Amino acid sequence: MFKHHAKLETNIFFLAVGILLTIVVGGLVEVIPLFSIESTIEKVQGVRPYTPLELAGRNIYIREGCYNCHSQMIRPFKDEVERYGHYSLAAESKYDHPFQWGSKRTGPDLARVGGKYTDDWQVRHLINPRDVVPGSVMPGYKHLARKLDYADIASHLKVNRIVGVPYTDAQIANAKKDLEEQVFADPASTPAVLVSYPKAAIGKASINLVGADPKAVTEMDALVAYLQVLGTMVDFKTVDEKAIRR
Amino acid sequence: MSINTEATPYCEDVIKKFTLAAVFWGVVGFLAGDFIAWQLAFPVLNLDLEWTSFGRLRPVHTSAVIFAFGGNVLFSTSLYIVQRTSRASLFGGNGLGNFIFFNFQALIVVAALTYVLGFSQGQEYAEPEWWIDLWLTVIWVAYLIAFAGTIMKRKEPHIYVANWFFFAMILTIAMLHLGNNIAVPVSFMKSYNVFGGVQNAMTQWWYGHNAVGFFLTAGFLGIMYYFVPKRAERPVYSYRLSIVHFWALIFLYIWAGPHHLHYTALPDWAQTLGMTFSVMLWMPSWGGMINGLMTLSGAWDKLRTDPVMRFLVSSVAFYGMSTFEGPMMSIKAVNSLSHYTDWGIGHVHSGALGWVAFVSFGALYFLVPKLWGRKELYSLKLVGVHFWIATIGIVLYITAMWISGIMQGLMWRAYDNLGFLQYSFIETVEAMRPYYIIRAIGGLLFVAGSLVMVYNIIKTIKGDVADEAYASAASGAR
Repeated sequence: MFKHHAKLETNIFFLAVGILLTIVVGGLVEVIPLFSIESTIEKVQGVRPYTPLELAGRNIYIREGCYNCHSQMIRPFKDEVERYGHYSLAAESKYDHPFQWGSKRTGPDLARVGGKYTDDWQVRHLINPRDVVPGSVMPGYKHLARKLDYADIASHLKVNRIVGVPYTDAQIANAKKDLEEQVFADPASTPAVLVSYPKAAIGKASINLVGADPKAVTEMDALVAYLQVLGTMVDFKTVDEKAIRR
Repeated sequence: MSINTEATPYCEDVIKKFTLAAVFWGVVGFLAGDFIAWQLAFPVLNLDLEWTSFGRLRPVHTSAVIFAFGGNVLFSTSLYIVQRTSRASLFGGNGLGNFIFFNFQALIVVAALTYVLGFSQGQEYAEPEWWIDLWLTVIWVAYLIAFAGTIMKRKEPHIYVANWFFFAMILTIAMLHLGNNIAVPVSFMKSYNVFGGVQNAMTQWWYGHNAVGFFLTAGFLGIMYYFVPKRAERPVYSYRLSIVHFWALIFLYIWAGPHHLHYTALPDWAQTLGMTFSVMLWMPSWGGMINGLMTLSGAWDKLRTDPVMRFLVSSVAFYGMSTFEGPMMSIKAVNSLSHYTDWGIGHVHSGALGWVAFVSFGALYFLVPKLWGRKELYSLKLVGVHFWIATIGIVLYITAMWISGIMQGLMWRAYDNLGFLQYSFIETVEAMRPYYIIRAIGGLLFVAGSLVMVYNIIKTIKGDVADEAYASAASGAR
């Protein structure tokens, strides 16, 4: 065996082919079946693409590097389920490009943070976390009071559709309108955005935020809209636990 | 260009540049890391500015140490070694070398600026946006051409073992980089990865774990395979062991990614595969450690007399330690406690500081006098000072993270006697504080050690020789 190895170590092409064949196997075996095995993503109702406002908020979440300290993946352990809620399903992040499961919990998991706190709490917390959680080590995000730049929001939806998120033509055409409506519509009415995207949180989160223009959509509005939808799309009362068990 | 005794003209100008860049980025990366470590203990250090928050600076730290420091060390050592072990000058000469050098340094600066300004793909260790990824691809292909081209014009019949590792690193990193960064741009500064959710999680950790496995392990094993035998003036312990552990290592590493996704929504079969291969990976890892350490057979006294050797050998010992810890942490039962905690951070740093940085320091201390034509370093005593400051720093760092990580994991799952969760999340954050301070002090020592190295290297390049250098040469062992 060792004498045959001389062929590899005296010819760079043989060595290159040998290396490539060796390194390609593991990835192929582990990645390809995730696209072909149907049970990889559970069949549950309710998971929908993000509203334009939530998507903009998600991009702020990525921009600020929130994933460096917060996971979005609840593991099926008693303590995690009690602390955070139902363990996370693959289906719940199927429209996440990129995924934000995270790798470290310097802060708590956020997979089901949606609806746990009021918009007002979220805004105060993001401006200065220690105002509401004295021992927190999270940075403050005062700059989120500025206006959101959403001129090209429709192209974000379009590109998401290219990578597999099922936005409809109407949703893309209405992207800008839907975004504004989610902030400014009367929550008591049934705005069109809510028909198109069930469970979207309607209302202006940063209404009491000093320095934020009450007539404009702020980055804070977008980020809070995203946080408030996290983990709320699937109604677990209607899910057959046996069907999703891993 | 300097001329060696056998009259093969080696390209060394560009190696010198990579060496200096490695030292520079090392200090920058260590400083960035220590700064964000202090931020976790004292959040006021986030300065309430968007550009200086932990979330934006952490990628600056990871990219600076992995790609800027690690990358320049790899360019410098691999392009030095491939010329020497092939008895051939660099393919493409200083021209191609300079093309790689200047583009890579510019790319580092641009990437860091984009993170600080808030542009990120949002995947760990793969944060740069799409056009920076394409730029890196061009640089990497140029590197492949320079490296493989030099091997092709070699005057030695065999390709030396260090070069197998570098070559495997170059090819695999190319595959991982291209595979994990397939994205559709919306604009110049924003793109969406084609993979989402669970599939994206898998490709990310296939990439992420093998950035460790190939960039920080295979590449640095190449460094070990040249500088340890050179400095010890002994042949590599076992040729057969190097063949077996090379192929086993590069085959098994690729499978280990899913251990970053234990108990997540990744299907169980993939998690089990990841765990199984991670445990098996222990063997080829220790094969490399044994081959490195046993090369010292008959030259163990150098550990006492040569502080450069001490860096090289300790790095291999740290490599052995973290490649035992890694497989252990990949076992699902252990991982259920360690995942998401500081234990992971401690594990990464015992590998990154103890193995990658120490073997790099050993190589840099070997290279600088050689490249600038000095007999020895300015001061070996200062190398010893650097070694001990840095070692104490690492010990503080990893023990603090072990304690805080295990404590964090235990606190999260603790129940009181009424059956309620005992601690709120914020109580676990507050409990970490003393350990975050100890860790940051450890990091500060590591930075201080690297500044001692900077001084020593500057003095060496200037041609100064400290008095003690003569004394030690005269008295032999110290």
